[in-house]
Amino acid sequence: MSVLVYADSNNGTLTKNAFEAASYGAQIAQANGTNAVAVVVGSASGLEDLGNYGIAKVLHLSDASLDNFDPQKITGIIAAAAQQEGASTIIFSHDFSGKSVAPRLSAKLDAGMVTGAVALPNGNVIKKAVFSGKAFAEVEVNTDTKIIAVLPNSVDKVTTGGSASVEAFSCDIPSSGLTVKEIKKESTELSLTEADIVVSAGRGLKGPENWGMIEDLAKELGAATACSRPVADIGWRPHHEHVGQTGFAIRPNLYFAIGISGAIQHLAGVNGSKVIVVINTDAEAPFFKAADYGIVGDAFEVVPKLVEAVKKLKA
Amino acid sequence: MKILVCISKAPDTTAKIAFTDGDTKFDENGVQFIVNPYDEWYALVRGLELKEANGGSVTVINVGRADSDPVIRKALAIGADDAVRIDADTTDALYVAKQIANYAKENAYDMVLCGKETIDYNGSQVAGMIAELMNAPYVSLASKLDMNGNTATIERDIEGGVEVVETATPFVLSSAKGMAEARIPNMRGIMAARTKPLNVVAASEANNATTIKGFSLPPAKSGCKYVDADNVEELVNLLHNEAKAI
Ligand SMILES: Cc1cc2nc3c(=O)[nH]c(=O)nc-3n(C[C@H](O)[C@H](O)[C@H](O)COP(=O)(O)OP(=O)(O)OC[C@H]3O[C@@H](n4cnc5c(N)ncnc54)[C@H](O)[C@@H]3O)c2cc1C
Repeated sequence: MSVLVYADSNNGTLTKNAFEAASYGAQIAQANGTNAVAVVVGSASGLEDLGNYGIAKVLHLSDASLDNFDPQKITGIIAAAAQQEGASTIIFSHDFSGKSVAPRLSAKLDAGMVTGAVALPNGNVIKKAVFSGKAFAEVEVNTDTKIIAVLPNSVDKVTTGGSASVEAFSCDIPSSGLTVKEIKKESTELSLTEADIVVSAGRGLKGPENWGMIEDLAKELGAATACSRPVADIGWRPHHEHVGQTGFAIRPNLYFAIGISGAIQHLAGVNGSKVIVVINTDAEAPFFKAADYGIVGDAFEVVPKLVEAVKKLKA
Repeated sequence: MKILVCISKAPDTTAKIAFTDGDTKFDENGVQFIVNPYDEWYALVRGLELKEANGGSVTVINVGRADSDPVIRKALAIGADDAVRIDADTTDALYVAKQIANYAKENAYDMVLCGKETIDYNGSQVAGMIAELMNAPYVSLASKLDMNGNTATIERDIEGGVEVVETATPFVLSSAKGMAEARIPNMRGIMAARTKPLNVVAASEANNATTIKGFSLPPAKSGCKYVDADNVEELVNLLHNEAKAI
């Protein structure tokens, strides 16, 4: 019973999350003494690299008509691949693509699914994040086939130095009622949900004209920028920067919260960050309770100094 | 336009997260329950806007027991025409999706609108499952929905941007920020909600594909290390050498 991994690609390149899902699936396969097989849909190159994360074989359905992401078609393709490989465990990343395809596949195969997995399974029991990162649940899958969607940046990747064999795959491609009309990227900047470092600021910055230093810091660190909800609501920053319970949930390695009080709804979207740095004038700001490092001080004095200190480090 | 909006009952965003019965049950003691924010603010309100512009009806559906009725009434107060509650305990997404899909298929809706996830179990599962069970297109994390006759133009969140897709009714989507602005029910709405139909129907036969075995809380942070505001270089030093984060 092999393990099947859906490896998502974007503009012909495998995503960071695809490698995480691959490594997760390969570790399960290894624990069960079986192989991990990845499925890639649409034009993409560099697929052998999945071998470095433990994938033995890649099934590639490279039909150019599939370059536009189509969950209905991909669901059918993965189901066909699972049948061919006799796979009983199917792995996704719990990202934008995974959220579009995995639930469909679960219903199609009548297979129990756990999303937001934060650890390798223990038998049929999988640990997942619940209550917006405020707790974990252990969920048992009761069906023979299981589907697991891994929470990005929460399970360590294991490299093996291997290379995967790539095989062309074909199957009946199901019809779909969806047409992709256009893809609009907000900017050429780093995407917030994929960034390793995020510099975020809140109402403490007083006005949109003061974001220059936040952008400077982000630039020095190679970070993406984010903001609290009121800042997006008043229009100081674009909506796609809003993080928290009602905006994007992010899990970077390093999160700077500058002039953000740390309301529970804000924390719900950022509490998965590995290291949190808080800069706030108010020593009583709730964010310090969630912080790893803190400076009680005025952002307008601290941040410019921080920019200089980072410059010095990078020099 | 016949619109079905799926609503879930969720603990208030500020609720204390604790567990009872040997950490196998969420402790509801003192917890205020609300309509799951994505369902209410985005899916329901966009559904109402489309009805107001094009005519038709908005039905809200919930799978749950009688303790869901207050949040269902809230959705009616905001403006839904009627409500359906499928009487069942909910522990598994696929079970819930089957209940809703069966109902939706029997009643021929033009669209089924859901929230992007519930704020308790954070599954992001039910909407996509309903779509597959209905053999209908599914658009996840939609931030914009416009209708032109039977054609829907939908924007959905993707990595670093949005994708614009087109599909015909019937379809299923999950809603994220941007779809609509939250509405606060007014007195008239609250009064009207009391007499709007809330039909309780029996659940159809289905298995639970998953079971929750237990809960745990994340380990407490070891505490914040404070750096003096005059010594910002020390912060950079710690982030580089200790946290290895930059
Ligand atoms: C259902 C619901 C959902 C919500 N969802 C979200 C969400 O997704 N994301 C979100 O962010 N919020 C959300 N909120 C709002 C949330 O409750 C807070 O109101 C919000 O996060 C506060 O934003 P803030 O920290 O920027 O502003 P404030 O709370 O006003 O905090 C500003 C902070 O800046 C500090 N400050 C002031 N001047 C300076 C200075 N010169 N230097 C340094 N620090 C300074 C202050 O001490 C204060 O701590 C939600 C609320 C509800 C009810």
